[in-house]
Amino acid sequence: MSAGAMHPIRAQALADRVALEARHPDIFRPSPWARARALLVVGGLAALLVYGLWVLEFSPLKMIVGLGRLGEFMVHMIPPSTGTWAKFWIYLHALAETVAIAFLGVFTAAAIALPLGFLAAKNVVPNAVIHFLSRRMLDTVRGVDELIWALIWVSVVGLGPFAGVLALVCANVGAFGKLFSEAIEAADRKAVEGVASTGGAKLHAVRFGLLPQVLPVMAAQVLYYFESNTRSATIIGIVGAGGIGLHLAEQIRVLEYQHVSALILMILVTVALIDMVSTRLRFALIGDRGAR
Amino acid sequence: MPSTVTRLPEHQLDALARAYGEAVSQKRRQLLIGLALFVAATIVAGIVAEVRPATFVANIWRFTDYIGRIFTLDNGPNTGRPVFTDIAEWMWGLDKWLKLMWETLLIAYVGTLLGGIGAFAFCFLSARNLAPTRWAGIAAKRYLEFCRTVPEIVFALIFVVAFGLGPVPGVLAIAIHTFGALGKQFAEVAENIDMKPVDGLTATGATWVETMRFAVVPQVLSNFVSYALLRFEINVRGAAVMGFVGAGGIGQDLVEAIRKFYYADVSAILVLIILTVMAIDLGTERLRHRFLSMSTRS
Repeated sequence: MSAGAMHPIRAQALADRVALEARHPDIFRPSPWARARALLVVGGLAALLVYGLWVLEFSPLKMIVGLGRLGEFMVHMIPPSTGTWAKFWIYLHALAETVAIAFLGVFTAAAIALPLGFLAAKNVVPNAVIHFLSRRMLDTVRGVDELIWALIWVSVVGLGPFAGVLALVCANVGAFGKLFSEAIEAADRKAVEGVASTGGAKLHAVRFGLLPQVLPVMAAQVLYYFESNTRSATIIGIVGAGGIGLHLAEQIRVLEYQHVSALILMILVTVALIDMVSTRLRFALIGDRGAR
Repeated sequence: MPSTVTRLPEHQLDALARAYGEAVSQKRRQLLIGLALFVAATIVAGIVAEVRPATFVANIWRFTDYIGRIFTLDNGPNTGRPVFTDIAEWMWGLDKWLKLMWETLLIAYVGTLLGGIGAFAFCFLSARNLAPTRWAGIAAKRYLEFCRTVPEIVFALIFVVAFGLGPVPGVLAIAIHTFGALGKQFAEVAENIDMKPVDGLTATGATWVETMRFAVVPQVLSNFVSYALLRFEINVRGAAVMGFVGAGGIGQDLVEAIRKFYYADVSAILVLIILTVMAIDLGTERLRHRFLSMSTRS
């Protein structure tokens, strides 16, 4: 908006500025203390950024050369192509493998994490020691990245997708255990107390009071993870644990950029499809709450 | 208060009972069909993923053996004893590893900050209620989606070829992924703001940038910081494995230790990573709670 078209209210306010400042001193002059603190925080963050860029050996020259080469790759990537149909079928099989790894990884982990989640929930096992130990154990399992798990499992069961499944199971058990126990702790106590008041045993209370409440929430979380695990399953092939990652890493190394873009495109389409299906299923399971 | 439950006459009861039975059996049927589909999918997935339970059972001792071995010293005078008996020998490379860990943290920090700044600038374009034009909003959303769907390791692999080995491709890969992920979360926060201050500022003739600065930013900043901190924690984990593809950080040493069977080193580095991740986890959680309570107070 140009100055000529200034709104009359704005013009009026600008003319009245001195009086306005006198009337609302706290708005026009925020306390110098708060201002200094904000400056200090921003300055500290910026200083750490500069220090980081220096330590990590960023340099303008490196960026220009790298960006130039990246631009070159982009040009070579178009159009995406797998060369021959035979290659395409190989990639498609690897993609199916990836989805299978994600599927098995997620649902096996969910089955294992279910009892662990109850164990780690404060309102089911009100023992502080068990609670602490199970939570810390889940944290430890979760702290190890799936790529690390994949490397470990490759050295146990050998190269191939099976190692990938086991790696995803391990990584997911930690995450699910934590999510499930939180869902259980957030459940309504009334149903549990109702079952207990009719003379139900502890297990009855869990089965009929707790499980119906938390199962839909858990199912939604598991479905949500299925999508993100498909993404994870695409990369564990980089360390030899099956799936499309192996081909992707190989094609990047041999500079076959059309294959690379075709592979990325295939992954994007698959992830989008799974996202759509899992969102639908989540929606069917728990209605609006599961849509996000 | 005494109360009696009146029993419905038989013929009415019959119809209700039948309807109930039908509803229950329909639900059971649905459950059974779902279960059958699930089992079939599991079997297909098992075949495709070459799951071999026999191999697993036959080799599971290797896993426990492996875990045992990485916690056993394989060098020095105490060879063969558990690592905890000789911490100095176990952590022989502590100086080098701590330096690499610091590099990992810096990769995560710089990546998160660069990606976060980009996401901050971008989210106002892509939020449905704030986008200057509809097309800008749609284009920005698709772009963010691309950035977060491609795994960061894939970006790192490509960047390593373009920028050479070292932390630079790792930082850029994390920055791009963070940009995509935070851009989406930021936009969702921005879509849920109170629009009254925006209308107010627009009414005074403020420009788009001024409106964003004075009407939107004060409402969303604490949530943004909270999401950025959460993303930083995730990125520390991500940065720890960037070294697997030669993109800097502690991952380089870890992958070497695993591949060359330096067992005790594997556990030493893993313990360092886990402790760091836990510390960051706790620290960011505290900060986040402070920021979130700030936003609910105002």
